[in-house]
Parts: sequence; C-alpha cells; structure tokens
Amino acid sequence: MSDATAPELKLPAAPLPRLPAWLRARPELALTPLVFVVVLGLWQAVVSLGLVSQYVLPAPSNIGLALFEGLRSGLFLKHGLVTLGEAAGGFAIAVTAGLLIGTLIAEVRLVERAVYPYLVMVQTMPKIALAPLLVVWFGFGSTSKVAVAAIISFFPMLVTTLAGMRATDQGRLDVLRALGAGPIRCFLLAKLPDALPHIFSGLSIAVVFCMTGAIVGEFVGASAGLGYLIVQANARMNIPQVFAILLALGAIGVAGYALVQGLRRRLLFWEPKQELSRP
Amino acid sequence: MTAIDDRRAQPGGLNQPRDGTPLIAVRELSKVYPMAKGERVQALSRINMEIGQGEFVSLVGPSGCGKTTVLRILAGLIADYTGDVSVSGKSLHGPSREVGVVFQDANLMPWRTALANVLLPAEVLGLNRKQARARAQELLSMVGLEGFERKLPGELSGGMRQRVAIARALIHDPAVLLLDEPFGALDAMTRDTMNVELAAIAARSKKTVFLITHSIAEAVFLSDRVLVMSSRPGRIVEVIPVQLPRPRGLDIIVDLGFAATVLRIRRLLDGDTASALPSIAH
Repeated sequence: MSDATAPELKLPAAPLPRLPAWLRARPELALTPLVFVVVLGLWQAVVSLGLVSQYVLPAPSNIGLALFEGLRSGLFLKHGLVTLGEAAGGFAIAVTAGLLIGTLIAEVRLVERAVYPYLVMVQTMPKIALAPLLVVWFGFGSTSKVAVAAIISFFPMLVTTLAGMRATDQGRLDVLRALGAGPIRCFLLAKLPDALPHIFSGLSIAVVFCMTGAIVGEFVGASAGLGYLIVQANARMNIPQVFAILLALGAIGVAGYALVQGLRRRLLFWEPKQELSRP
Repeated sequence: MTAIDDRRAQPGGLNQPRDGTPLIAVRELSKVYPMAKGERVQALSRINMEIGQGEFVSLVGPSGCGKTTVLRILAGLIADYTGDVSVSGKSLHGPSREVGVVFQDANLMPWRTALANVLLPAEVLGLNRKQARARAQELLSMVGLEGFERKLPGELSGGMRQRVAIARALIHDPAVLLLDEPFGALDAMTRDTMNVELAAIAARSKKTVFLITHSIAEAVFLSDRVLVMSSRPGRIVEVIPVQLPRPRGLDIIVDLGFAATVLRIRRLLDGDTASALPSIAH
C-alpha cells in the first residue's frame, strides 16, 4: 500500500482522503471481508468467554475443524454426492416439465382451461408438506428425494415459463406472421428467445429449490445424503458438524447459482449491457 | 361530401393508378371489429383504391381512422374482412410473398445481428442461403449500413434499426413495400433524413410503396398520390395527386406547390372551420 499516502486523484474534500483509489471506487471490496472478520471475531469471543453454551452455538473454530474433518474423511463428499444427485435429478425433471407444460399452457387455450386452475390450487399449497407422502410412495431411497426436489422446483419453472411465453413481443410476431410463418417457426424464432430472460429467473430459483427439496426429502427418511447427515449430527448433538454441513450446502447452492448465471450470460448475450452502450 | 363520394365511385376517377394494371386493388373493403357486449365497431367502410406498379401512395388520416387496419389487411395479418383485396392479381387472404412490411417499431430480433435480422425472411421463406446473404449485404449497403452487419440491434440507433427493418422487408424481393408510420418513433431530424433516403430507396428499387402516416408533409414529400382518410367509419374521402418533380429534396418544403398540396390535405382533415395555416410540425 505504498500509494496510500500519494493519491493520484485530486478530488476536492474526498470523504476518505488517505485510501487508495481502488478502495475509494469500490469500498465493498474491503467492507465485505471486514464485516466477516468482525462478526466471526465477536462470535468466537462470545463462545470462548462462555456467554453462550457450546451446544447452542459452537465456536467458529470448532465449526472449521468439523468442516475440515468432514471433508478430509470423505464423509461430506460421499453424502454430498448423494444429495447433489437427487437435487440434479429433481432439477432436470422440474425444468423439462416446467418448460413443456408452461409452453403448452401458454400456447394451447384448451390446455390452459383444463389444467391451469388445478395448477394454481396446487401451487398455493406448501409443497414441502408432500414430502412424507412421497417417501411413502417412492420409498426411502433416492427416488422420493428426486420427487420432492422436482415438485418444489417445478412451480417456479412453470410460472416463469408461462410468464415468458406471454411476454412475447407482438411486433416481432407480426413480422414473422406477415411472412407466413407457422406456429412452430414463431415459437422458435421469437417466443422462445423472448421468454429466455424469464426462464432464467425460473432456473435460478429452481437451482436453489431443488437442493431444499432433496434435503427435506432426506429429513423425512433416508439412509444417505447431507440432510440425513444433519439429522444424525443433530441427534448426537454434534452441532459443529451441523454448521459445517450447512456451509457445504451453501457452497453447493452458490455453485449451482453461479452455473445458471454463467449460462445466462452466455445465452442472453444481447441483454442488457449492449443496451447501455447504444450510441 | 357527396361530391367527393361521387368522384370516388366514378370509374377512372382520381383513385386510379396513373398507368397500367393495378398492383394492389382494393374494392369495397369493409372491416367490423366485434367488441365486448356484442357491440360492433365499423373500422373500415367501403374502401376502394388501386395502386399501380412502381407507384408511391400514402394514406393519411387522424389517429384511429383505420389506416393501420388497411395496412394489416394488405400485410395478411387480418384475414376476416369483406370486399376484395388483391395483390398482383391474386386475391389476398393471408400473408403474401409479394409483400414486405415495415412497422412503426423496427421489431428486430435483439439476439440477431443486423445481417441475421435482414436474413430472417429468407430463412422463413426458405430462400437460397448464399444468394440471400449476398442480397442482404447489398441491401444493408443500400440503406447505408455497410460495416454494421455484425452489430446487434441494441448497439444501433433508432434510425439505424429502422433501416435494418427496411432492408429486411426487401430481402425476398417483394413487389410491394408496406410502411406503417415507419419513422413515427424517430426524432424530427432523423425522420427528415430517413424520408429523403426512403424516397431514394423507393426510386432505386423500383418498388411499389404504400405508406401509412399521419404526417401530411411526409406523405406529400414522398408520394405520387395521397389518399385522405376520415374516421368513424374509416373511409377514403379524397385522393390528392402530388404533381411535384422528382427527385425531391428537403428544400421542397418552401415550394408553393408543396405548401398548397399540404394545405389542401390539412383542410380536408381538419374540416373547413380549422385554421388555414398548416402547422410546421405536420
């Protein structure tokens, strides 16, 4: 930080006069880690001083140890892969079904009238409440967890697909229709790409929901998976491990979300940065 | 009004192309929109017009007079009407290859480059790819967008986007170019420039052009004939021939013949009680 004392920018009465330029431009780069360190420090202090019981709130150091142990032993990987597989399966089913049914409802009036009222009804129910039933139906193996994950992620996919298909720009459709384009051409050349921003909103919700579904399914009854591991650790009052698993779940969630966002930037290259650079 | 109606009804009246068989023939065209509660709105009432090969004809009228309905019928976007509409001698009930349309908004696909947007009709109509590509390049240079082939619509200005839309409307070499207030969304200066270029494009491509606008000056500047519409129900009240030499430049605005024609149309649209002075904006 040699340049800390030699600010190149001559800003009149800068609020933070002695900070380097990059920090003044983006203070969150320092503030975000700072908050993390402060909160963690306080947390460690509170627990070390015995103000809170280790059973209620384990110290960050213990959580770190549990996380390290879980990763080193391969326990988290083994159960993580089970949960990930269930969530991915549910996600795939939800996305496929959501896209298909959403498109059908948007495109075919008769399907909308026949099916939509029931979908609205089911959507207002808390889908998690179905988990015990699904375990009875599909057994204690992975299938029931895939089912819970699929049902929970299906509705955001359906609703966003439907919204996307209905948000089609009519002017672009007019262009295609004036050329005599049929419904399939209109769908592929205008409706689907126009719906993509909405569909990606659905994907980023579904990618998080499918993990929730898999975990809830494992809570109800399972012999493997991170949800099962949480229940086990909880029963043994191994609270540091519970926290460590939560961190692992968080990491998986972030990775899934980042994957969807990366794909979004690839596929939706035309929005919205290009809009800003318009001459 | 009776005098005008008589003139319209007369065979060989002013509402006829100057020469040859009509490329577009519209006879007794009426359109009724059903509304809620069983009401019906008469959008068009017994429209008659003929547009000859290579002619530039404008349709002017107040907002909501049914101008756009006429265009949408010609574009094949409205199929349920009464009367006869034919393009190149073929009765029109749905989209026709003979027609290229430019709408008020460019309606470009934002995920396609300028070139890919121009090529869209070629894809839909299944034209030869190589030939279409070459033609798209040509059209883009004709509308002054050479070097912008790979730009996305989001990177183009409003005027440039509308130029892409014009090139797109011409890619399949239609006999007729339909324009629905194509420059209505542009600022006044860009609009003037675009009108000069449109006149040049129409002359160069030798297309028959049918333009919908509510700008009288624009209609007079561009057209061989101006059809004046009134609303409720939409009908053509007068056909004004524009006898100004071509090519016309923007300085034609101070030409007395131009001013007289604009004034005549303005009076028709406003009724006799309106101010005799044309507003500059129109």
